[in-house]
Amino acid sequence: MRGVRIKDHWKEQRLFDQRALVASAIGAILLLTLAGRLVVLQVVRFDYYSEQSQYNRVRIEPIPAARGLLLDRNGEVLAGGQPGYQLELVREEVPDLNATLKGLVSIGLLTTDELPDIRRTILSRRSFDSVPIRLRMTDEDVGRFAVHRFDFPGVDIKSRQMRWYPNGALGVHALGYVSALSEADLQHIDTTAYAGTSVIGKLGVEAAYEKQLHGTNGSRQILVNAEGRSVDKIGSLHPQLRTQAPIAGETLVLGLDLKVQRVAEDALGTHRGAIVALDPRNGDVIALVSKPGFDPTEFARGITRAEYTALANDPDSPLLNRALRGLYPSGSTIKPAIGLVALTDHSITADQKVLCNGTFELPHSAHIYRADKDEPRGMLDLTAAIAHSSDVYFYKLAHEMGIDKLDEGLAPFGYGQLTGIDIGGEKAGLLPSPAWKKIAFKHPADQVWFPGETVNMGIGQGYLQVTPLQVAHIVGEISERGRSFRPRLVIGTRAPDGHITTFAPEEEKPVTGIAQEDWTTVIKAMMGTMIYGTGHTAFAKAAYSSGGKTGTAQLYTVGQNEKYNAKTVAESLRDDAWFVAFAPAEEPRIAIAVLAENAGFGAGTAAPIARTVLDSYLLGTDGRLKPQFEPSAAAKALLEIPRPATPDAPPAAVGQ
Amino acid sequence: MIREELTDGPSARRAVTGAARMLLALKLDGPLLVGLGLIAAYGLVVLYSASGQSLGTVIRQIGHLGMGTIAMLVLAQVNPNFLRRLSPWLYLIGVLLLLVVAGMGVIGKGAQRWLDLGLVRFQPSEIMKLAVPMMCAWYLHERPLPPSPLSLILLAALILIPTGLVVMQPDLGTGALIAIAGALVVMMAGLQVRVVLGLLALAALGGWLGWHHMHDYQQNRILTFINPQIDPQGAGYHIIQSQIAIGSGGVFGKGWMNGSQAQLDYLPESSTDFIFAVIGEEFGMLGLFVLLLLYAFVVGRAIYLSTQTQDTYARLLAGSLGLTFFVYVFINSGMVSGLLPVVGVPLPLISYGGTSMVTLLAGFGILMSMYSHRKLVGS
Repeated sequence: MRGVRIKDHWKEQRLFDQRALVASAIGAILLLTLAGRLVVLQVVRFDYYSEQSQYNRVRIEPIPAARGLLLDRNGEVLAGGQPGYQLELVREEVPDLNATLKGLVSIGLLTTDELPDIRRTILSRRSFDSVPIRLRMTDEDVGRFAVHRFDFPGVDIKSRQMRWYPNGALGVHALGYVSALSEADLQHIDTTAYAGTSVIGKLGVEAAYEKQLHGTNGSRQILVNAEGRSVDKIGSLHPQLRTQAPIAGETLVLGLDLKVQRVAEDALGTHRGAIVALDPRNGDVIALVSKPGFDPTEFARGITRAEYTALANDPDSPLLNRALRGLYPSGSTIKPAIGLVALTDHSITADQKVLCNGTFELPHSAHIYRADKDEPRGMLDLTAAIAHSSDVYFYKLAHEMGIDKLDEGLAPFGYGQLTGIDIGGEKAGLLPSPAWKKIAFKHPADQVWFPGETVNMGIGQGYLQVTPLQVAHIVGEISERGRSFRPRLVIGTRAPDGHITTFAPEEEKPVTGIAQEDWTTVIKAMMGTMIYGTGHTAFAKAAYSSGGKTGTAQLYTVGQNEKYNAKTVAESLRDDAWFVAFAPAEEPRIAIAVLAENAGFGAGTAAPIARTVLDSYLLGTDGRLKPQFEPSAAAKALLEIPRPATPDAPPAAVGQ
Repeated sequence: MIREELTDGPSARRAVTGAARMLLALKLDGPLLVGLGLIAAYGLVVLYSASGQSLGTVIRQIGHLGMGTIAMLVLAQVNPNFLRRLSPWLYLIGVLLLLVVAGMGVIGKGAQRWLDLGLVRFQPSEIMKLAVPMMCAWYLHERPLPPSPLSLILLAALILIPTGLVVMQPDLGTGALIAIAGALVVMMAGLQVRVVLGLLALAALGGWLGWHHMHDYQQNRILTFINPQIDPQGAGYHIIQSQIAIGSGGVFGKGWMNGSQAQLDYLPESSTDFIFAVIGEEFGMLGLFVLLLLYAFVVGRAIYLSTQTQDTYARLLAGSLGLTFFVYVFINSGMVSGLLPVVGVPLPLISYGGTSMVTLLAGFGILMSMYSHRKLVGS
């Protein structure tokens, strides 16, 4: 049979049937394998894939919480939300992106130089995202676009909540501002909590109370398809999606009095400078001015680089908060505190008189310390020396006391220390001492404390540096006979139902060890300033009793690098004018520090500003002291108003 | 039995026998027709959901089904002997067309699969899915089985020439299916087990060598099959998303038109190659098991019919066609469920598309012809 093979149909049929059986068996095994695979996918790993599928289609979209309002003490809105308009573009609906952008330039809504940035932003987003291409739209811009809107398919005006400061630049250094979250902000915030938030508080109350103002963002589950586009149903199924409502930020009540703040800013006028007014009984800040300022709304809406650079490079430093960060010599405003220190350690008594003849010389020194030409001459007691602001008296007093006693006595008032105000950025100033000098200076020759430096301290000059806030705080302490409260801008919160919760004032360690009669002596001397002393012109015919002190800082330094051009040098070398005051003297309700940079003599510029501010706070519309500020009879009885008097028997002619 | 007939009544019995007579006259097989019809109907229901509730897609698919059914009806009438004589010619024409397409690819500098004849646009590779097993069955028809070694070499050439042309198009999936259809004929012809094992070893070696000649995307498919997580957004995306779809369907499914993977477009090609995953997502494991049982019934019936045919050509061709159908099902469902690498093989009778629908139903037409034209001994 070899070589010849005949077709055997029966055998072939059997062979085929056998093969068919084997093939069926193999097929069955493969089907079972497949079924096993399906069991693994759909039963064993069901939970895993179910979650994967959920994760695929449900996205969490944050709902930003409304930022809390800022109100003044009378409920006036200092910062709120306002719908604003911005221009947005959806790329996939735009037929020709370049032509559209050029068209928007031609109607003046965009500028040519910002086009590359805008184009890059648009192209970096998904084609169906609505991308903001212009943030700040004025009513005019909105109108102009409305006329041409049909020429720009895919471009539309959208409204969004924006931080709004209804009073513009008013109180900006107290309020701070909000601005777009920056790369740096994202480093130190909880990015989960801030998902959906576009702005964050910068400076002032906005920054210090960021946590309370921000609130808690809510979230909404949204259904998305594979492209990331939001859809409302899966085929025919409308799924249940959860929404968590946001919790709005807290509404904060500030101690600021909008009216007083406005009066104070107007009173400072075009001067650079600062005003801090606070309630010495609780530390509530009534007004906090630093000029020049800027409009915080610009930041909230999205400030351009050019605008920011202009602000940052302005020689008048509008971004500098002079009230908290401006460092100035205290000038004569330190005299009441030195007087108290001297009385307490018996360096001098209240009636002890000192000959003041216009000059002071240190023993074995050729340097002559000159007093101002207007300074009173003759035998002055402490009261007259404060009221008339005698430099010679305090040169002598400081020299006799020595730097160690001065420093030891002044430190409890808070010189060289932070007041602890509830917003950030405050500077501590400097109470210089021999120990400080050793650290501060490298060269051994510079590390020596010279007696002349002690003499300068007596009139608040030299290395001494204070901030306007610090000075107002110290004046408040003196007016309250040593009681001290931590200054605060925020005094409470307002619930949505209008209920106001006021925080308890934070009383701090008082200035102790000073006898009541010594407080009275100095307070009366400060009242003397207002009645017959350096402040009497500005406070003539005041409807309330008050105490005060002028100051003239002869050296100008602020904690900011400033470049002066030739035009401003002359002005910047002029003295800074100080005035501090409190009123009513018997039961003080307001303490104030006014600093006007390069404004010259304190009595001339700063005192009238202080008068205006005190009047606006204390007086009613009838020009009389508001009833709630009227001191009690008991307080009046304790503090007798000093009668106008000239220094006792001056041997020579007295200026004023 | 008698009781049943009595209760059914004479009119019902007449209707049943009438339908049976009509099927016999049309040379069709009733059970196979019912199985195919159920699968196609199931497919239309799924397609409506998978296409995003597109009635137009469903209507076009009904059109494809109609064309396929016509092809099946026509081929069922053709005498197997005629088909057998036609086999070498069909094969030759097919190879020529493949060469034409390849030539056009050289001229057009790009992948070419389609031949545009003005009125009809079709892929010659589809013809080869039928022509190759027909050719192999024709070759073996006259020869004693199992085939001699010389025959095997010749058969290998007959299979590999068109396969190679298709793979070069490049269409690995169709090429593999053509080779499998041909190989199944040889297998059913009684190819010795030791030869099968030897060929498998050779295939492994060939695979290893072929790896280095594969296109990047073909290599990627295999790599991502082994580990889809290498490239979850790229080549692995299909596999990951289809497994999520099937897995998240669970035992009972998410419900018709409620599959989020399919409806929200996470699942790519949900109406075509990946429609198996839509069934798994919306009808769950039960839905897939029902489908697999229907397929098993059709394949089983096809194999049964092939054993009932009376000559070698008919047996081999019918057997191969039935088994190829099974291979389609297994490759598609295996790839979608992550058992096999992603190859472009549609799910028979369910995936949207006209070409494979017509080819498949034409195959069943041939199969029915082989069975219904047998000489009934003793009747």
